[in-house]
Amino acid sequence: MSDPAPPVATGMRRWLVGYLFVAPAVLLMGAGLIYPVVQGLLLSMQDWAVGTPMSTAEFIGADNYLRMLRDENVQESMWVTFKFGFFTITIEMTLGVALALLLEKPIRGASIFRTIFIMPLMISPVVVGLVWRYLYDARAGWINHYLELAGFEPLIWLGEPHLAFFAIVFTDIWQWTPFVFIIVIAGLQALPSEVLEASRIDGANTWQQIFLVKLPMIRSILIIALLLRIIDVFKGLEVMLIMTEGGPGLATELLSLHVYKTAFDAQQLGYAAAISVLLLLIVFALSLAILLISNPMKSRADV
Amino acid sequence: MRIESTKTRMTFHYAGLIALSIICLTPIYIMISTSFKNEVVIFDGNPVWFFFFPTIQNYVDIIGDSHFDRYLVNSIIVGVSATLITLTTGGMAAYALARMQFPGRQSIANGALLVRMIPPAVLAIPAFAVSIVLGIANQLSGLIFFYTALNLPFAIWLLYGFVKQVPIELEEAAIVDGATPWQVFTRVLFPVMKAGYAVTGIFVFRIAWNEFILALLLTDRTTRTLPVATSLFLTDAGPEWGRIMAMGTLIVIPPLIFTFFSARQIIAGMTAGAVKG
Repeated sequence: MSDPAPPVATGMRRWLVGYLFVAPAVLLMGAGLIYPVVQGLLLSMQDWAVGTPMSTAEFIGADNYLRMLRDENVQESMWVTFKFGFFTITIEMTLGVALALLLEKPIRGASIFRTIFIMPLMISPVVVGLVWRYLYDARAGWINHYLELAGFEPLIWLGEPHLAFFAIVFTDIWQWTPFVFIIVIAGLQALPSEVLEASRIDGANTWQQIFLVKLPMIRSILIIALLLRIIDVFKGLEVMLIMTEGGPGLATELLSLHVYKTAFDAQQLGYAAAISVLLLLIVFALSLAILLISNPMKSRADV
Repeated sequence: MRIESTKTRMTFHYAGLIALSIICLTPIYIMISTSFKNEVVIFDGNPVWFFFFPTIQNYVDIIGDSHFDRYLVNSIIVGVSATLITLTTGGMAAYALARMQFPGRQSIANGALLVRMIPPAVLAIPAFAVSIVLGIANQLSGLIFFYTALNLPFAIWLLYGFVKQVPIELEEAAIVDGATPWQVFTRVLFPVMKAGYAVTGIFVFRIAWNEFILALLLTDRTTRTLPVATSLFLTDAGPEWGRIMAMGTLIVIPPLIFTFFSARQIIAGMTAGAVKG
């Protein structure tokens, strides 16, 4: 199959029209995304502090990168990011897929439930962070109150490293499990019913249907949901910034947040830019993986 | 027997969905209810779910003495401008990428998809530096500019899908009648793609409306947006929970309204990439 012939005039003029139509968007993305990233690359080889003129920044080559490789704080925040990603994504994917399999049958009222499930995704990360910070609050928080009711000691949730880490993991699971659930359920409901019917006639039981038919058939959806979640772990910082500011210590300082704090709390813009290049490379590699699995804009008749 | 088991299964099904709904809604409900409580009730330490004497004092406070109106107007200007510019330029690009042939087309499409994922933290450092150099630091136009750039890749991607759904015969007929590409874009495609523009607009507006990091870095006292203003209630003297929850409630109103009216389309947009593949 090839695309139908494009309905626009022929030859060079046709090309020119195409360029004119993409030009504004390309210019905006170039100036607002590519140019800053290139600036960031240049900055990563300089020593520049906030508040001083950029012209006074000193070129120091690969020093920032060498420093980054030895920096224990960078390693620590990589480790925190890895742990955070491991726990949140394992639980979100397991819960999301399990719930989708349990509840996939189309039922009356499904649209109301769908509406409710995407609410945590639609509200501002700042608000999510604030609400959960309130719930975890040592003094006014609701969670401590119910702990006490159940006979436990109240805890300083956001002031103790392990508890703070648990708190941000739990918040992330609350916010993002519905996302996995919704993507997986969309995939399950799009499966051709004949295949499921055929496997049932062949005598497959429920478990066999799930593990040998359904999950393999939505494999690419599962992988993309997984990659999107991993990318978000590397992108996210707003909820953590509001809830814990990365603390106590570095207990909740994900890589993104570490970049942010290095730049704007420690005021080392050049060094932060170097760490951000590392972050960018990770996310870039993951995005490339998604593109290779499913490229929505790949046409069959390439120019 | 069979009917019985179906009935049991349906009950279980609904019970599961209702339990999940309660989990999703509880924090949001707590925020909204807390915004109507006075300090005494909030700091009493006894969570009150339903029975308290509601007060609008928190709303009176935030609207009265914190330049709330200015921040609200800033948020609206930034959100609406970024949305309109993104939809216009993104729509044009999506049309060209979906319907026209020119060298470099596939590269542009791939490039747009790759830059879709740039983490805000990566952009924040150079954006701060770039905006100082360009003199757009602390201006609403700077924020609009970066939000537009950030949203364009995803908007192009979504709109591309909507252009592809339009029967090409419509455009061919218009061209036979002598319509220029611009006329095809505005008079043929736009009317049949309104739903696509609406849902794309919701995504873009929501991100611009909710965004915090760039807004925190690129604005000052007069150009602050609502999320930034809200974060400032986390004072050293302790968080003012009543006001924070009132601000939070006001911030989530527009996204929740969109969710109510077009959950189905929003989900279609969210799952488009994953499910079509």
